[in-house]
Amino acid sequence: MNDLVLMEGINKAFPGVQALNQAHFDLRAGEVHALVGENGAGKSTLMKILAGVYSKDSGRIVYRGKEVEIPNPRAAQDLGISMIHQELNLMPHLTVAQNVFIGREPRRGLSFLLDDDKINAQTQTLFDAMHLRLDPRVRVADLTIAKQQMVEIAKALSFQAQVLIMDEPTAALTEAEIEELFRIIRQLRDRGVGIVYISHRLEELKQIADRITVMRDGRYVGTEDARTVPIERIISMMVGRTIYESKPELPERPSQEVVLEVRGLNRGNVIKDVSFQLRKGEILGFAGLMGAGRTEVARAIFGADPIDSGEIYVHGKKVEIRHPRDAVRHGIGYLSEDRKRFGLALSMDVESNIVLASFEKFLRPLGVVNTARTRETGQHYVEALAIKTPSLQQRVKNLSGGTQQKVVVGKWLTANTDILIFDEPTRGIDVGAKSEIYHLLNDLARQGKSIIMISSELPEILRMSHRIIVMCEGRITGELTAAEATQERIMTYATQRRVLVDTGEAEGGVSSAQEG
Amino acid sequence: MATREASATTRLSARTLFRSEAAQKLLAFGALIVIFIFFSVVSPFFLTRDNVIGILLATAVNGILALGVTFVIITAGIDLSVGTVMTLSAMTTAVAIAVWGLPIPLGILVGLLTGGVAGLVNGLVISRMKIPPFVATLGMMMMARGLALVIPAALFGSVKPVYFTDTPVFNQITMGSVIGSVIPALPVPNAVLILFGAALIASFILTKTILGRYAVAIGSNEEATRLSGVNVANWKTAIYALCGLFSGLAGVVIASRLNSAQPGLGAGYELDAIAAVVIGGTSLSGGEGTILGTLIGAFLMSTLTNGLRILGVPQEWQMVVTGAIVILAVYLDILRRRAR
Repeated sequence: MNDLVLMEGINKAFPGVQALNQAHFDLRAGEVHALVGENGAGKSTLMKILAGVYSKDSGRIVYRGKEVEIPNPRAAQDLGISMIHQELNLMPHLTVAQNVFIGREPRRGLSFLLDDDKINAQTQTLFDAMHLRLDPRVRVADLTIAKQQMVEIAKALSFQAQVLIMDEPTAALTEAEIEELFRIIRQLRDRGVGIVYISHRLEELKQIADRITVMRDGRYVGTEDARTVPIERIISMMVGRTIYESKPELPERPSQEVVLEVRGLNRGNVIKDVSFQLRKGEILGFAGLMGAGRTEVARAIFGADPIDSGEIYVHGKKVEIRHPRDAVRHGIGYLSEDRKRFGLALSMDVESNIVLASFEKFLRPLGVVNTARTRETGQHYVEALAIKTPSLQQRVKNLSGGTQQKVVVGKWLTANTDILIFDEPTRGIDVGAKSEIYHLLNDLARQGKSIIMISSELPEILRMSHRIIVMCEGRITGELTAAEATQERIMTYATQRRVLVDTGEAEGGVSSAQEG
Repeated sequence: MATREASATTRLSARTLFRSEAAQKLLAFGALIVIFIFFSVVSPFFLTRDNVIGILLATAVNGILALGVTFVIITAGIDLSVGTVMTLSAMTTAVAIAVWGLPIPLGILVGLLTGGVAGLVNGLVISRMKIPPFVATLGMMMMARGLALVIPAALFGSVKPVYFTDTPVFNQITMGSVIGSVIPALPVPNAVLILFGAALIASFILTKTILGRYAVAIGSNEEATRLSGVNVANWKTAIYALCGLFSGLAGVVIASRLNSAQPGLGAGYELDAIAAVVIGGTSLSGGEGTILGTLIGAFLMSTLTNGLRILGVPQEWQMVVTGAIVILAVYLDILRRRAR
């Protein structure tokens, strides 16, 4: 066949995870090939191997009929393979042209003199070929994200890229910018460039992709013709049968008492009119794809980010939360998905971390710490939460991910919080420790704590939640009870882009979005 | 038609470029003017030919040091060793000329090389041993201070200054006046010309050569620069070596000015140099900075010191005011960035 790229039997393991398992992918010249899958399906990992960012453990890559090794990004570029990463790799202080030619500057006369006129002209030629109106002399910092992406594309083209990999290129773009991006993608495709398009936005693929390959749990699931395959089929391929199907272990039904109510929460583009209730003893799952706005909602409730509008009620009383301090005072604790950055003082010991959020309770006059009481409290939670640590004096950075998570829980319990927001509570935690975290969450719920659990792992959401709220692009697109929830239904809500819900409403959707 | 469109966008962007790039310089330059006018009004002794020349002369050493530091700070690094490396370079120059009797040009070369080697070591320690710049150059600062004391101790049995008694022409390198010999009414010492010459060279390196380009790129986004295939470690090393060369030049200038190498001098100079760079609008977080800004920053500091002295403000209070100015300058810069 006329395969430009063929990847076969690719394996890649990261500590604790088999990221890719016999993964397969092929790309033809002159096609846009979409690569889709749930979070953690291995799409980005597979493409980073092709782009030389990661090295594969085993498997083979065939490029233009020849087996190749791609040890680093430079080697990929030399082969004509360029990847545009989700987080753009540009130097904001340099101009557009300087960015395009960084590391390969044409020089004049003495070999250390720059020739900026030449790179400006060459960059202009590239832009002309792309029919793109952009001044090569503007500083990248002054460009929109969309324009910065165009600069990355131009940079890739200047390497004579034959393969262009784009990781979630439309995540930060407006509708008009997406149209511009698609125009350029089609242009490149018609010129014979093979384009890999990683995206969560399934509706979008209908417009731009020729073929769609689905991955799940690091494996290849299948490839379909983008024009004919129904979206439902793609979703069911993405979800599939879960490998670690386990019996839901829901604690008994929560009471009807509402402990937290959020009404009409708005924040810029990321939170749009979010309202929900959380009941006593309930685990409320928040499902959605990356960037759906779940973490943003949590941070807004916790006072970590300012909100534009919206009301928050705790135990039926309206509260003002402007700062995490206010949230803690009202009994709300937030357990960040990035424990190491936001949850723990890594180089401090277990005891200090447990009392960190409520230090003032352990102070004697003159600000002297009552160490007897901090030790007592630390000891209490180490036992109550079964924190596996050799001693209270162990530094938390030496503990495993699951144990660290328990230390954070201990911290919030010490601070007397009864509403706990867990953001990806089992991320980076190995399978054995995961079930311990699940038990802990269930125990907390049974004791009358109310829990919001944000998770991108559908099996986890289904197994743990009494109710599930699904978000997409800053909105709540659906709410499901534990009984009615299935992976398919969650995915359907999670990919429901407002503008593309259905043609009848689409017009109204667009215009109201523009007004808002 | 396409060209007309292109030129229209060019004009537009050129204007925004001018606005953003020039704003900081205007701010610092405006402050310099305001301070100048203020002192001229309150003291009749300030705006005189000799005093202004005095300010220019007083800027020379700090200015040259600050030029080198500008490159390092643009990479988001720091160099604390420039002050004592300057002293060490002054000492090696003095030993070469006054003790070994080498010809003056060779002696100057020894001084420049001393600084260059110290900077090279800084660069290697930072880029190869992965020691943070603050620590690496703090170590170099202490080592250079020690070596500047060790040398006279080893040569003369005691720590004492080395004088250029047999080569009066060495002093003329900075204190003579080429301009004055042409225009007798303007006896500007050569040290000032050396500063401006060095600034021109620095500006050329920063804006027209690959070294300057990579300094900005590294400071702007080091990881992206590395992923673009640039050998970041080597270029960083070169940038610290360049900074060291400027310290060496400052060493030669101060030795010539004082007609001696003073082994105990130099501590604290690094902070003045960093202050000048920061006042001049170079961002400590890297990626932006200009030589003109640094030059203005250095002049602003010596103008302030000079004016306050003329007003009879005690030296200790001069330090307080200068410190406050540094904070104010950076705060204004933060406000300007936020407003953009």
